[in-house]
Amino acid sequence: MELAHKEDDVSRELLVFALGREEYGIDILKVQEIRGYDAVTSIANAPNFIKGVINLRGNIVPIVDLRIKFNIGNVTYDQFTVVIILNVAQRTIGIVVDGVSDVMTLSTEQLRQAPEFGSALDTAYILGLGTVEERMIILVDIEKLMTSADMALVEAVAA
Amino acid sequence: MSIDMSQFIAVYFDEAAEHLANMESLLLELDVGSPDPEDLNAIFRAAHSIKGGAATFGFADLAEVTHVLENLLDRVRKQEITLTAAMVDIFLRAGDVLKDMLAAHRDNAPVDTAPIAEITAQLNQLSSEQVLPVANPQQALTVIIAAGEGFEHDVLCHELQRHGELEDFSPGDAQTPWRFRLKTASSQAKLIDAMAFLLDPARISIEVTGQQDEDFGLFAPLPLPATDLSVDEGFGFFDPLPATAAPALQDGEGYGFFAPPAQPVTEQGGEGYGFFVPVAGSNTPAGVATKPVEAKPSAVRASSERQAERGGDTSIRVSVEKVDQLLNLVGELVITQSMLAQNALQLDPVTHERLLAGVAQLERNTRELQESVMSIRMMPISFVFNRYPRLVRDLAGKLNKQVELRMIGENTELDKGFIEKLSDPLTHLVRNSLDHGIEAPEVRLSRNKPAQGTLTLKAFHQGGNIVIEVSDDGAGLNREKILAKARERGLNVHDNMSDNEVWMLIFEAGFSTAAEVTDVSGRGVGMDVVRKNIQAMGGRVEIQSMTGVGSTMSIRLPLTLAILDGMSISASDELYIIPLTFIIESLQPRAADIKTMAGRGTVINVRGEYLPLIALYDIFSLTARKTSYEEGLVIILEAEGQKVALFVDDLLGQHQVVVKNLETNYRRVSGVAGATIMGDGHVAFILDVAALVKMAQQVTPAEQIAELV
Repeated sequence: MELAHKEDDVSRELLVFALGREEYGIDILKVQEIRGYDAVTSIANAPNFIKGVINLRGNIVPIVDLRIKFNIGNVTYDQFTVVIILNVAQRTIGIVVDGVSDVMTLSTEQLRQAPEFGSALDTAYILGLGTVEERMIILVDIEKLMTSADMALVEAVAA
Repeated sequence: MSIDMSQFIAVYFDEAAEHLANMESLLLELDVGSPDPEDLNAIFRAAHSIKGGAATFGFADLAEVTHVLENLLDRVRKQEITLTAAMVDIFLRAGDVLKDMLAAHRDNAPVDTAPIAEITAQLNQLSSEQVLPVANPQQALTVIIAAGEGFEHDVLCHELQRHGELEDFSPGDAQTPWRFRLKTASSQAKLIDAMAFLLDPARISIEVTGQQDEDFGLFAPLPLPATDLSVDEGFGFFDPLPATAAPALQDGEGYGFFAPPAQPVTEQGGEGYGFFVPVAGSNTPAGVATKPVEAKPSAVRASSERQAERGGDTSIRVSVEKVDQLLNLVGELVITQSMLAQNALQLDPVTHERLLAGVAQLERNTRELQESVMSIRMMPISFVFNRYPRLVRDLAGKLNKQVELRMIGENTELDKGFIEKLSDPLTHLVRNSLDHGIEAPEVRLSRNKPAQGTLTLKAFHQGGNIVIEVSDDGAGLNREKILAKARERGLNVHDNMSDNEVWMLIFEAGFSTAAEVTDVSGRGVGMDVVRKNIQAMGGRVEIQSMTGVGSTMSIRLPLTLAILDGMSISASDELYIIPLTFIIESLQPRAADIKTMAGRGTVINVRGEYLPLIALYDIFSLTARKTSYEEGLVIILEAEGQKVALFVDDLLGQHQVVVKNLETNYRRVSGVAGATIMGDGHVAFILDVAALVKMAQQVTPAEQIAELV
């Protein structure tokens, strides 16, 4: 319950999105906007989950398809495909997900520590599991995930 | 009132900084053997102006240091003492100390007193060294105590005897003055000081007797005679000389004349402010008060000329952020404009004639606007270069080398962003050249070179680049040493590496062949940083070197970060931009011209020249659309002196594009220099031609060697 101690009684507002049948929650303050999937310009020799870059009002923003990255969900691109534009680590990054379901507030007592297995994500990026009625929301530290080495989004320090 | 004052102080700081910079550059240009009197005057004036302001604004410490400095300078310029290189060094250091003090005062930070004391001591030592031998041999003086109240003249006699030999003494009374004749080596100021215990200094006057020049000799201050009335500039009169005695015409009123030094004379005539900045122990005779007015304009002229040279006279200060914002907006405008232009092409030119004319007009205006905004960011490279004369001078002195610094193309303009980032790497290269490149004078002579080495800083435009070269005529890089060092460090090297490859080794981290680490360079933490810095600016470092002849380090930077002319090309489904400056030509290849070599690389024969042929879809792992070379186009590119042929599907057109940094939100992609937004709102990548050329070389080194044989 490391987490519960750290952020005592602070309820947090989350944006919940779906990847396959799993529901993930991220800190809503990291979300800049939600938009449809546009044509991207693909980046040469980039990993397959990095779809490319888009022009977001004059900014070049990379788009990561989390469905490919975690190998869940149907990888199709149509008018329902959703891109969440995130502001993490002073960067703007877009992630492709299966859908955005809702915004909800989770209080600390609704959070449980994640077990050491059970998700497509490395548990290092999982802050906890939230229970809302019958649903389980996987709380993701999206900043840590996006800046991690295996996302290949950020230049490694040594390079 | 206080607000007003702070405004003036800010102006004073700016001016003082300018005076200091002026002084430094003049000092550096000074020919120690035969200094130009005009330069000496200008240096003196600079010091004087700083001192004046310092005293006005109550920076006593500043005033004190400049005061001592000024005295020395004054005597140098009057040729009372000869200028030596050591003196110039101390003057320069004094300038540094003053700079620090100014900065401290500006930030309201505590002033570090240690260097001040040190430099003051050095300056004082200089002046005493120079003075004592020349100055006062025994001089015959008459001390006159104005008639009036009596005093203990026995004690006075005793006091005077301590300073010299009392020869004669005639007592006075309420009507007749007392007169003491004595032979002494002490200065008048000292005497007055000594007597000040006993009676009002205002009553004391001192005459020099037995000196040839009766009139002026009277007032000649002993250590620092300021009596040379024939100097028409008249500036020297008001120099605060510690021991200045007052001219006779003021004898009567006499207040404060013989004020002990360090007590400023503040009650000057009403109009005297500014010129007669109260300075320790200075006495400004009202009778000659108009003279400095002449000197003032000349000082002003000198500094304004200098400003005109730098072109900084009618400028305003704007924060870089504002300019960048402007630049961004213009960038957006360019994109919008090209979007409009693209859509307008689809309109019927007859029915929409006026709209199309408007679009064309917009294009022109946008381009001009863009150019003007770009030019705001451009600054002459002299902003960087100007610091090197000093650096080179100091370093050369430290290393006991003789070096002449030549600077060429200081007016070459480049982006302000570069100016700031350039100084560190460039400083490093300059230091390296001085430390490792240029040999000690004896070594140079033994190699039939002039004892004085030459270091050249050169900036010029080449194509779309700005090239900055640091070259020396020193020893050059040592191939064997570098190779040996590389092996020692476990790098993968072999003996038949080309010179260029060997030179590039010195950019590896932790690489230094300096036999011994000096505090100048040799720690090997530098060249790799230099390369990293330059690369971060989108530039490149190249080395040319020849053993015994010298070496040249060239930094190549793009003209600007923001906008470039490019050719758009298509490969597979993608659209790329190639900077126009790298493109030599494009041609439709014939199957007969394309040869494969050793089953690996492909070369193309372009008018008898075999160039490595690379396909863009190979490099970027795209699906090839064209099955044979004849269906597409070949673009001949040149970067870093290497040519390659790039195979693409098609040429689309020429654009001016706004360069967007990919690393803002993503990371560096090899082969891609940046991204841009096309007229339709899509993102297109800008190719990094130099990286492509390198990629091509990695594929085909064996073939190229085979070709040569």
